[in-house]
Amino acid sequence: MNSGKNVRFRIHRRENPSAPPRWEEFEVSYYPGMNVIGALMEIQKNPATADGKPTTPPAWEANCLEEVCGSCTMVINGAVRQACSALVVNLSQPIELRPMSKFPNLRDLKVDRSRMFEGLKKVGAWVPLDGTHALGAGPKVSPETQQKAYALSRCMTCGCCLEACPQYHSRSQFIGAAAISQVRLFNLHPSGAMNAGERLEALMGPGGVSNCGNAQNCVKVCPKEIPLTTSIGEVEWQVTQHAIKKLLGF
Amino acid sequence: MAETKIIIVGGGLAGLMTTIKAVEAGAMVDIFSIVPVKRSHSVCAQGGINASVNTKGEGDSPQIHFEETIYGGDFLGNQLPVKGMCEASPNIVYLLDRMGVPFNRTPEGNLDFRRFGGSRYHRTAFAGATTGQQLLYALDEQVRRFEAEGKVKKYEGWEFLSILKDGKGSCCGIVALDLIRMEIHPFLAGAVVLATGGPGLIFGKTTNSLTNTGGAAGSVYQEGAIYANGEFIQVHPTAISGGDKLRLISESVRGEGGRVWTLKDGKRWYFLEEWYPAYGNLVPRDIASRAIYKVCRELGLGIDGKDQVYLDVTHIDKKRLRERLGGVLEIYEKFMGESPYEVPMKVFPAVHYSMGGLWVDFDQMTNISGLFAAGECEYQYHGANRLGANSLLSCIYGGMIAGPKSVEFVKSKAGSITSSEVDSQVLEQKQTIEEIYNMQGVENPHRLHQELSEMMTSHVTIVRENKKIEVVCGKIRDLMVRYQKIGLSDTNRWANGEVLFTRQLWNMLVLAELITLGALQRDESRGAHYKPGFPDRNDEEWLKTTKATYTSQGPRLEYEAVDIQYLKPRPRRYDQATAGVKK
Repeated sequence: MNSGKNVRFRIHRRENPSAPPRWEEFEVSYYPGMNVIGALMEIQKNPATADGKPTTPPAWEANCLEEVCGSCTMVINGAVRQACSALVVNLSQPIELRPMSKFPNLRDLKVDRSRMFEGLKKVGAWVPLDGTHALGAGPKVSPETQQKAYALSRCMTCGCCLEACPQYHSRSQFIGAAAISQVRLFNLHPSGAMNAGERLEALMGPGGVSNCGNAQNCVKVCPKEIPLTTSIGEVEWQVTQHAIKKLLGF
Repeated sequence: MAETKIIIVGGGLAGLMTTIKAVEAGAMVDIFSIVPVKRSHSVCAQGGINASVNTKGEGDSPQIHFEETIYGGDFLGNQLPVKGMCEASPNIVYLLDRMGVPFNRTPEGNLDFRRFGGSRYHRTAFAGATTGQQLLYALDEQVRRFEAEGKVKKYEGWEFLSILKDGKGSCCGIVALDLIRMEIHPFLAGAVVLATGGPGLIFGKTTNSLTNTGGAAGSVYQEGAIYANGEFIQVHPTAISGGDKLRLISESVRGEGGRVWTLKDGKRWYFLEEWYPAYGNLVPRDIASRAIYKVCRELGLGIDGKDQVYLDVTHIDKKRLRERLGGVLEIYEKFMGESPYEVPMKVFPAVHYSMGGLWVDFDQMTNISGLFAAGECEYQYHGANRLGANSLLSCIYGGMIAGPKSVEFVKSKAGSITSSEVDSQVLEQKQTIEEIYNMQGVENPHRLHQELSEMMTSHVTIVRENKKIEVVCGKIRDLMVRYQKIGLSDTNRWANGEVLFTRQLWNMLVLAELITLGALQRDESRGAHYKPGFPDRNDEEWLKTTKATYTSQGPRLEYEAVDIQYLKPRPRRYDQATAGVKK
């Protein structure tokens, strides 16, 4: 498999959240089709730096390796993306790997994204069922609505949109594009829509949809090409309508 | 009344469905998962979920689904639970639809269905070509709702180490490790459900995710749980090569009209259509994998002389492809750099799924009282070969049984564990991890894993020969000796993946031995288990379930009769239609 070439990496290291960050360089033999994860796996088999010093294998997150689980987000040559679909052949060297900066860095390339899941809880991103007992078929849905919902439902909670967003950081409460787009998804569903008001309420206060600064970075970095800015615009409109209705006492 | 606590290990489809059902039955649930549950391997399932709703007016029914599943599994599946699953399937798909899964629709707004392997009916509901992801998300959302209501507590980023047993050997909790802090703690519960997925990583590069080591099943096997039909490993016919994994190209691609071909004498040869006229490209996976293997390895007719054949959708309307298969075609394009809309895909078989797993009774309980299992980590629903789009179904159905049955078990249970019993069992796990920390030999755990997996993939997958399997058995023992000479390069007490991988590697070796020995003993060909030396199914001697029990000298194999109360075994063939034909 080795075709004789070496690939050079520059990888962010940090032993634990209170340790100082540092950089290490690595070299791995290239094989055709190699992605960033494949290279990290080669380093695991022989954990030594480019100048031959033994070191610990870098810690990184990954699971499915086909860009559907959202685990392996990192900043690769300055761009936030999934490491599994980052093919080495398309990257300039040394390939620089950094953890996302908007989430607490646990070790090396690992971060803690639990704030994203809390956001989903806050907006009630689910269809409230009466129960899982047999209640017959679900509501009819047109193919057009299905295609729209499916595009939104592919969000992997990977964090790319938040890493790219200037309004989202540790000192801001902004919930970010991913959760806002999920509100649009559930408000679109025939029975999900019955609780649309509650979801919109959750986006009205501090950290809500009005915190969006319209930088439009989120939609550019989304690996699943989710129309995030359209979602934000649509949800903003829903929030406005909801606020007016409330004001008028409907 | 005391609170009923259930621990569920694993947060894929089976674990989450079990959670929902257990909560509805009144229990409080703790879920333990290595990854945030939304990132579980269920996301990788692409093609769909089977349900005989018969919306196409073809006369499909749960009975025909049942017959095709048993026939597709070469009569090794116990018939009562399989029948229960097929009968439940229409309501399961309706339930998922109510949860908001964006299933593809017909022009009238009904659920759309497509064809899958081993069936002649449109029975598979789907959400694009990322159905597993969409199903997992729907269950994840429901569980998040229970979490917000305080009925579920998630331990994400925790690894299961062992079960806790009381004086009578009954399971009453687990010992788990915090993957960041590396701390080990006991957790008590009335019952434990494992929903930890398959052991694909034993074969290294497969269609599986990195967490699919079978580690949890391997642990409880060493604690006395019986493992059944381990030798039945499904090899999926169509995957793409890669250095880190082999990426699945869903059977739904053929369900939507994709055709498999290679070149023979300069002309396109649609060998599946020629050899199996009744099912064509939609023969079951074991049959298609063997055919592609034969074309490449025996006839030497792989494309460019390599291990690959074409899977072609270029003749299908692009809009239709995008709406129904977009997700999987996107994977091909991103990783191979070629557009499957324009150029036929190059594919070859890859290890995909384990039909075998922990032995369970019809209530999903293992032979250890209080320990249940659901999903791919158990053996119950697929016999010797799983039909496509039955795995999502079996995960959900298994969870629907395990949830209420585990709660019922707790309510009738007597006795409890003492604190000194807990302490000594926790200490045992702490010592094991400490021993790994102190390993100072010369072997690298990832390189040992590579050796194991390459050997298993070469000799214990599509074609199995006793002579070679015997060699593998010996080499696994060698690897177990070399395992003791591992040296760790990372001894940090914080987020140390190498320590955990080393522990998982041991469990993989133990399961590899059970799989290999099971294959060696079974001198017949049935479903995914094919021996050229014994090319026929032998019901007289081998219509029986393999049951492996752990001993330090290796697995002890016993056999159990298969439940064949509804359908009498008959020869399985796919050149003619003899299953699920309207009577």
